[in-house]
Amino acid sequence: MTHRTIEVASTHGLHARPAALFVQAAAKAGRPVRLAKGGREVDAASILGVVSLGVSRGDEVTLTVDGGDADRILDELAAFLRTDHDAAPAAAEPA
Amino acid sequence: MSSVLTGVGIGRGIAVGPVLRMPSPLPEPSDAPSARGADAEKARAADAMAATATDLRQRAGRAAGSAADVLEAQALMAEDPTLKADVDGRIDGGATADRAVFDGGAAMAEMLAGLGGYLGERAADLHDISSRIRAHLAGVPAPAVPDSDVPFVLVARDLAPADTALLDLSVVRALVCEEGGPTSHTAILAREKGIVAVVGVRGALGIVEGTSVVVDAASGEVESDIDEARTAAAEREASERAARTQAPIAPGRLADGTALPLLANLGSLDGIAAAVEAGAEGVGLFRTEVLFLDATEAPTVDAQVTAYRTLLDAFPGRKVVVRVLDAGADKPLSFLTDSTEENPALGLRGLRVLRAQGTVLEDQLTALARAADTAEADLQVMAPMVATTEEARWFAARARELGIRTPGVMIEVPSAALVADRLLAEVEFASIGTNDLTQYTMAADRLLGSVASYQDPWHPAVLRLVGEVCAAGQRLGRPVGICGEAAADPELAVVLAGLGATTLSMSPPAIAEVRGELLRWTLEDARTAARAALDAEDADAARAAVRALTPDP
Repeated sequence: MTHRTIEVASTHGLHARPAALFVQAAAKAGRPVRLAKGGREVDAASILGVVSLGVSRGDEVTLTVDGGDADRILDELAAFLRTDHDAAPAAAEPA
Repeated sequence: MSSVLTGVGIGRGIAVGPVLRMPSPLPEPSDAPSARGADAEKARAADAMAATATDLRQRAGRAAGSAADVLEAQALMAEDPTLKADVDGRIDGGATADRAVFDGGAAMAEMLAGLGGYLGERAADLHDISSRIRAHLAGVPAPAVPDSDVPFVLVARDLAPADTALLDLSVVRALVCEEGGPTSHTAILAREKGIVAVVGVRGALGIVEGTSVVVDAASGEVESDIDEARTAAAEREASERAARTQAPIAPGRLADGTALPLLANLGSLDGIAAAVEAGAEGVGLFRTEVLFLDATEAPTVDAQVTAYRTLLDAFPGRKVVVRVLDAGADKPLSFLTDSTEENPALGLRGLRVLRAQGTVLEDQLTALARAADTAEADLQVMAPMVATTEEARWFAARARELGIRTPGVMIEVPSAALVADRLLAEVEFASIGTNDLTQYTMAADRLLGSVASYQDPWHPAVLRLVGEVCAAGQRLGRPVGICGEAAADPELAVVLAGLGATTLSMSPPAIAEVRGELLRWTLEDARTAARAALDAEDADAARAAVRALTPDP
C-alpha cells in the first residue's frame, strides 16, 4: 500500500470540472485509488465521494493505491492535483 | 371560442405552434419489498445506471461548451460508485432497484445540498439524474424534451438544466411552464437565448397535446382553441418581429440618424464572442463578480490583469465599462459580506462593502489600470450602489489615484438619481441600473415573488428618475448610459432614448431587436413617447401609451 500527500492547486479546489477530470483519471488507473482529507477517505473514482470531501485550494489530501505500479499511478494523479485547472479565472459563468 | 391562460411573459416575443408536453415526472416508487431478489435488483440498477450514463454522454457529445461539461459531470454521477454502493445497500435491505435509486439519489442530493455553494446547486442535478435512472428501470421515456421534426410549443412543469442545455431552437418555438417565476432557470435561459416564453402558467399542463396555441410573452398570455384568423394574425406579428431583428448589423441609431450606441452587458469572458457577433459597439457593463465567485479570498492582482486584458483586447477602440465588485444582497461573497443582515438589499453592499474592506477595491483598480495600459480599448470604471455625492467623490479620487482615467458611478438608488447633478460633477459618467433602481423606488424586493408585480421599470416613477439623471447629464455634458433589463425591452429602449440616454447596454441576444425597433422612431417621436410614458398613471398605462404611438412598420 503506497501513500502520497499533495497540496491541491486548483483555484476552486476539487469542485466542478477539475473534480470530474480527476475522477475520470482515477477511474482509468486500473486499480482502486482512495482519496483522503482530514481523516475521511473516499473512492477517488467516485465524483460524489470526491466532492463530498469539500477540498479547497491549498488543502492537503492523501492518495492511496495498492499494487506494483502504485508509484506510476500516484505520480500521474499527484501531478494532476498539483496543477491549477482553473488557471483562467473568469472562464466560468455564474450559475 | 378561444381560451386564455396567463402567466409571466419573458421578453416581448410571440409564437404559434402545436403543443408538445414534457413527459410527466415519475411517480414515487413503492416501498414494498422486492419480489425479484437482491441480485436481480442490483443487476437492474447497474444496467439502468450505465444506460443513463451512456445517454448523458451522448448528449454531452452533441452539446457545446459549458453545457457539455455539465452533462459529462452528470454522466459520472449517474454511474458513481458511491451512489451504486448506497443503492446496493438499500437493495440488500429489501428495497426494489426503483425505490433504492429514489432514496439513494435523495440522500446524495441532501449530502450535496448540505455542502452549500456550487455543490449545493448540483443537488438539483442529482434529482434529475435519479429520475432518468428510474425512467430506464420503469421502461418509460426519460423526462426529457420530446423529439420532433416540426416546430412546436414546449409545455412543461418546469425545465431542468439538462433539458434546457439541449433545446433545439430550430424546432422549439416557445416555452410554456406551469411553474417558475421571472428569475427561474427557464426564464433566465429564455432571456439569454431569446426564446419566447411564458412561465408560471397555472393550468398549462392541462392543454391537450397537439392543440395549436398562441404564446404572447408581451401580455403573458397563452391562447388555445384559436381559429385560422387568429393563427394568421399571430404568425404575421411573429414574422414582423423576426424582420425587425434582421436589420443589418450596424451602429445603433434612430430613424433620423441620431446615434445611440448599443453595448453589451457581460457576466463573464465567455460572452465576448456572442457580443461581438451581435454587433455590440463596446461593453456597457462588465460584472466582475464571476472572478470572485466560489472564492474564499479575492483573486490576485495578476490573475485579474489577465482576465481584464482578455476583455479589453476583444474591443479595441471601443468603450468598455467595468463595474467594480458588487457584493452583497443577491450576490453574497463569503469573505466580504455579512449574511446575518435582516435587509441585505439595504445593507452593507456594493461600494459600501468595498470602502469598509479596503484591499479588494485597491487590488481591482490596480489590476484594471495595469490592463488598460497595454490595451486599445477605452476603459471606464464604475462603482455600484452609490447613494451620496461624497461616495461619488471618494470613489473618483481613489480610482484616479490608482491610474483609472474615466471613473463613473452607477445610479441605482433614488437618492443618487435625485441629486444626479451633484454626483455627475464629481465623475466622468453615470450608468443607470434599472433593476435595482426599480427595486428601491418601488420598495419591493426584486427576489421576492409575492411583490414581483412592482418590479416593472415602465413605472412612471422610475422613468421620472431616469429622466432626472439624463437631464443632469445633458446640462453637465456627461454621458448617461442605461445598463439594466430595461434597455433590452425594445419599446422601453425607445422611451429611454427619448429621455436622453446616451448609450443602451443589454445582454447580447437583445441587441438585434432593440436595433430594429430604434430604427422605426425619430428622436422627436421618441421624445413624444417618453413624455407619454412619464404622464401615464402606472406601468401598464405607460406601455399602452407608447404602443399607441408606435409608427407603422
